[in-house]
Amino acid sequence: MGGNLNHEPDADSCYPFSPQTHSLQDIRQQATVAAKVFIQRDYTSGTMCQFQTKFPTELETRIDKQQFEETVRTLNNLYAEAEKLGGHSYLEGCLACLTAYTIFLCMETHYEKVLKKIAKYIQEQNDKIYAPRGLLLTDPIERGLRVVSFTQVLNLASAS
Amino acid sequence: MLGLGVTEPMRECQYSEISVVASSPMDAEHTKRVPRRRKWETFPGRNKFYCNGRIMMAKQTGVFYLTMVLIVVTSGLFFAFDCPFLATNLTPAIPAIGGVLFVFVMGMLFRASFSDPGVLPRATPDEAAHLERQIGEDVANGPGQGGYRPPPRTREVIINGQTVKLKYCFTCKIFRPPRASHCSLCDNCVERFDHHCPWVGNCVGRRNYRFFYLFILSLSLLTVFIFAFVVTHVILRSSQTGFLSALKDSPARYLFIVVVCFFSVWSIVGLSGFHTYLIGSNQTTNEDIKGSWSSKRGKENYNPYSYGSIVANCCAALCGPLPPSLIDRRGFVRPDAARPSPRSNGTSAYVSSQPRTRMCDQDQCIQSTKFVLQAAATPLLHNELITVSGGHSLSGKPSLGGPCASLPAAQHTPPGPVPNATWEAEALVRRDQEKSLFRWRASDEVSSPPSLGHGNPLYDPASQDSLHQDSVRGLVKLSSV
Repeated sequence: MGGNLNHEPDADSCYPFSPQTHSLQDIRQQATVAAKVFIQRDYTSGTMCQFQTKFPTELETRIDKQQFEETVRTLNNLYAEAEKLGGHSYLEGCLACLTAYTIFLCMETHYEKVLKKIAKYIQEQNDKIYAPRGLLLTDPIERGLRVVSFTQVLNLASAS
Repeated sequence: MLGLGVTEPMRECQYSEISVVASSPMDAEHTKRVPRRRKWETFPGRNKFYCNGRIMMAKQTGVFYLTMVLIVVTSGLFFAFDCPFLATNLTPAIPAIGGVLFVFVMGMLFRASFSDPGVLPRATPDEAAHLERQIGEDVANGPGQGGYRPPPRTREVIINGQTVKLKYCFTCKIFRPPRASHCSLCDNCVERFDHHCPWVGNCVGRRNYRFFYLFILSLSLLTVFIFAFVVTHVILRSSQTGFLSALKDSPARYLFIVVVCFFSVWSIVGLSGFHTYLIGSNQTTNEDIKGSWSSKRGKENYNPYSYGSIVANCCAALCGPLPPSLIDRRGFVRPDAARPSPRSNGTSAYVSSQPRTRMCDQDQCIQSTKFVLQAAATPLLHNELITVSGGHSLSGKPSLGGPCASLPAAQHTPPGPVPNATWEAEALVRRDQEKSLFRWRASDEVSSPPSLGHGNPLYDPASQDSLHQDSVRGLVKLSSV
C-alpha cells in the first residue's frame, strides 16, 4: 500500500544527531518514542509532598531497586525540608508579614530555594545513573507535584 | 499504487523534501507565523489573567471592584473629613495608624485576589491514561481483602489514623489530594480549598489563605478604627457646638460611614472570628460545613491534620512556608510538549498547528483503508495496550512529508509492535524531527492511522468500541473519496 512512498531514509543526512551524544539536553531533543512510568504521591503522612517508594514492576529490568528507593527517598526528604515548620520558616513568615510580603520581591522563599536544590539533584541523578540506562527522570514540579515520572527513552539511532 | 490518476497532488506528496533540520522554509515560516505563547493563554480553567500572567483572578470580578470601592471610599471620607479635626484636636498618630492599616488592608486584598490560590494543574494525557488503566484494573480485580472494595473512582488513605477518601476529579483527571476540592466557578482543583470568595474575586486555598485571613482581620480592625474615630469626632464636635449642629455639617457622610461600618462590624468581625477558629483547629470552611472532623460523627473522629495545639496550628497557617505556584503561568508553551486536553474531545485547537487539514484525496484513501484494516485486525478488548497521545500536533502521515503531512491527530499505537506491552507509549516528537520518526516507523511497517481529525476518543477504556467507530468513519471517508 503506497509502497513507492515509503522510500528508505537517507543514511546520514536526515539524522542531525550523532549516536554518541548522551547529554540530557540531547536526549530531550532527539526524536523519541517514550514510555512512561508514574510514581504517585503518598498521602499517608497528610498533605505533605511525598512520593511512594514502592518499586514499580515495569522498572524491574531497567534499574536497581535500591537505586530507585534511594532516589525517591532523597526526593521525599528534600520536599519535607521545603515544607518543614521550624524556626527558620517562622522567622521568614513573620518577616514577610511585617513587610507586607514585599520582601519576596527581593528574596526567594525557602521553598523555592529547596526546589532549585531538587532540580539540581534530579539533573545529577539523570546524568549519572538514569541516562546511561536509557531512562529520564522528570522533575515533579513540571507535573504539578502529582507524580514522579520515569521516561524510557528509545534512541532512534539504535532503532533503525 | 492505487492509481487514482491524480498525479499532481501525488507528486507533491511523494517528492516534497522532507527536511529534519529546523531551518527548513516550512518550519521557519511556521515558526514565524505562530509566536510563542505563555502557559496562561492556554490555561484550561475559567480564570482571568492580567499583566501577562502575573495576576490571576476568577471570572466574575464585579464584587471585587465593589469591595475595593467600599473600602477606598469609606477610608477616603475618613481621611478627608475626620482626620484633620482629629489630628489637630487629639493626636496626629490617628491618621498615621489609619494610613498604615489602610495600606495593609489593600495590600492583603490585592495579594489574596491576585495570587494563585493553589490550583492543581490538570493531568497530562499520559498520566490520565495511566490512571484510567489503574482504575480499570481495580474494577477488574474485584473485591479485595475482607470482601470490601471502595467504589471505583475513590481511593482510601489512612492519614494519622483517620481514613480519608480521595476522590477522582473528572475534569482534571486526577485523584484529588486530601483537602483539595474542585471549584465549580473557576473550574479548577484547588489545594486545601477553603471557599470561593466573591468579595475577593478568587478562590481561597492553600497559597492565599493567610492573605485572606490577614485581609479580613485587618479590615475588621480598620472598620472598628474608623467607626470609633468617627464617633469620637462627632462627640467632640457636639461637645463644642451641640450634637445636632455637628451632624448637620454633612449628614449624608455620617450616615454612609455609620451604615457601612455597622454592617461591616457584624459581618467582617464575625467572619474574622470564624476563621480564627478554623485556623486554630486547622480546618477548612469546607470541612467545617460538612462536619468532616466533628465529634458528632463518631467518638473516634478527629482532625488528622491538626498539629495538636492552637498555637502550632496558627503558626503553621500564617507563618508556614509559602509553596510556589504549580501552574507556571508565565512559562512558555513548549510546541512539542504534551498538553493536557482541557477542551472537549471534538476540538483540535492546537497552538502550533496550522490549518493544514486539507489532505490529498489519495492520502485520505490510504488512511481510511489502513484504519479499517487496523480495526478489523484488532480485538475489541485491548484497552491496556491502546494508548492515546492526545493534544499532539503529529503528522498523520507515516510515509509522506510535505504539505499533506500534517493533521492534528491522536495516534493509536497498535498492540503488535509495541515492545513492552505494559508501558504507556507516547510519541514525544519535536516538530522538526517527526518526519524522520515517521519514516522510521513506516519502514518498520508500523502503521499508525490517525483518527481523522478527531480528539482522543480512546481516553476512556469504557468506550472500547471507539476504534470501531473510527473504522466506520474511515469507511465513510473511503466512500467519499
